[in-house]
Amino acid sequence: MRTMNGRDGCRYFFRRLGQARVGIVGLAMVSLMVAMALFAPFISPSDPLEQDLHARLRPPFWDEKADPKYKMGTDQVGRDMLSRLIYGSRISLSVGFLTMAFSALLGITLGILAGYYRGIPDSIISNGVNIMMSFPYILLAISVMAAAGPGYVNLIMVLGLTGWPVYTRLVRAEVIELEGRDFMIAARALGGRDSGVILKHILPNTASSIIVLATFEMARMIIRESFLSFLGLGIPPPNASWGGMLAEGRSYMLNLWWLAAIPGSAIFFTTLGINLMGDGLRDWLDPHTRMR
Amino acid sequence: MKSYILYRLFQAIIVIWGISLITFSLLHMFRDPVLILLPPEATKEEAETLRKEMGLDRPLAVRYVKFLSGMVRGDFGKSFVAQRPALGLVLERMPMTLWLAASGLLLAIIISIPLGVIAAVRRNRLPDHSASIFAVLGQAMPLFWLDIMLIIIFAVKLRLLPASGAGSYKHVILPAAGIAVSLLPILMRLTRSRMIEILSQDYIRTARAKGLRESTVLFRHALRNALIPVVTILGFQSGMLLGGAVITETIFAWPGVASLVVDSIFNSDFPVVQAAVAVFALLIVFANLLTDITVAWLDPKIRFGS
Repeated sequence: MRTMNGRDGCRYFFRRLGQARVGIVGLAMVSLMVAMALFAPFISPSDPLEQDLHARLRPPFWDEKADPKYKMGTDQVGRDMLSRLIYGSRISLSVGFLTMAFSALLGITLGILAGYYRGIPDSIISNGVNIMMSFPYILLAISVMAAAGPGYVNLIMVLGLTGWPVYTRLVRAEVIELEGRDFMIAARALGGRDSGVILKHILPNTASSIIVLATFEMARMIIRESFLSFLGLGIPPPNASWGGMLAEGRSYMLNLWWLAAIPGSAIFFTTLGINLMGDGLRDWLDPHTRMR
Repeated sequence: MKSYILYRLFQAIIVIWGISLITFSLLHMFRDPVLILLPPEATKEEAETLRKEMGLDRPLAVRYVKFLSGMVRGDFGKSFVAQRPALGLVLERMPMTLWLAASGLLLAIIISIPLGVIAAVRRNRLPDHSASIFAVLGQAMPLFWLDIMLIIIFAVKLRLLPASGAGSYKHVILPAAGIAVSLLPILMRLTRSRMIEILSQDYIRTARAKGLRESTVLFRHALRNALIPVVTILGFQSGMLLGGAVITETIFAWPGVASLVVDSIFNSDFPVVQAAVAVFALLIVFANLLTDITVAWLDPKIRFGS
């Protein structure tokens, strides 16, 4: 194999970057949403919870009756839609990220235990994965949320505890595949401790597939969060969550369609950005597609 | 083959047992059923009597064994709301859910397979690019929002189709379309990538060299082989399909099992929730088992192997 010096590496990096245009678009979309969430207090025109009962259900800017004070219009109690949208990104992104991190941590740990030690831990964990995968997750999430009650922490716990099997399945399969490789045999032969082998050899070799999966899972978690909030089981009102806004807007579907369309578009924009980023990452990290 | 089927059956039984455990624990996460059943002015003695009647005063393990034996016999107890056996309520609604799921699936197949073939044949050209854009959009679209947008566009604005409920064939079009869009991306991508792989193989070149018509090559020789993994994926997507039905039934007020479950969850009517969750899980286990056996049967390495 040809070795790369710094300059070649740099050029290679930028060539790869050029090929991953789709990923860059996704990254830009996600960065926009992250910036929106981080700087919400500075960029939102007003308080997302402040009601103005004299200015209820104002249409957004494209309508001729729009109020210039409320660019995206107002909801049924006169709260500024734009500010609620901006603050909503905080909930969706943080819940999406935290549940993803929680389920990934749990799933990766179990996957390594199952794949590395095989035997009894493997059969327990693998059967657990099969059970969870045969369970209609959405019913599980709805019933547990109904029992536990809506709330930020409960939501992260429930989504995290139902989201781990995909990681376990992936990591377990990858670890088993790595087992037969020469470097693993060498690491063992040299007397490497289990923890060292796992941290130095297994994790770095599975990292790229985990990162790709985690990206797609984050988008999925955002959708799950918004659906639970939509049902009134996620983030409780009056907090500005996109799913909750959609639920409120749904009652006005017959004539004020934008009340449901706008928060949904925000969810869609975010998940689209994350998915595009995931596609880009997959192309970038996966040597098989890189050659094509 | 026989031992493989036996092994998979054994696994399925373990999964079903695990499901019974989770379903049973669902009961204990809900609020005290006695408090739900009795009017608020009921006395403590009345509550105790009812608790005894329902067997809620017995140890957890005893209740689990009772629940498990009930589940095996299909007895989940009576619905608190309807005062009728819970399983009967669920099975009554089942045909509607299956009808919706089947229509969605059929629509997804009718659209995705031709699209996948066209994308593969016109690879890296306009049809391929537009199909992949479509797949990317479909994958990121939250299903419940798509359902709402379908209602706004086709029922409210264009007034072409009914917005909710069931009755005529017209009622099934919008919800089925929603389910179809959620399944389309994966089916289309898979058909495309399999077709590309197969079209580059020697036997396709031979078929073309023999002077067969392109349509014969595509459909008789390539597509047939490409469809095997697509069928596999379809089998394993049954969970996703049912999940999509839950979301879609909620939005369209479709009178199927899923909307029954969602209502029952909000009413704390847990015999119905447990019955429905168990039936759904059994359907998924059965679909996966059937898919596994079909795959094994199609794969000579497993069919004739040890």
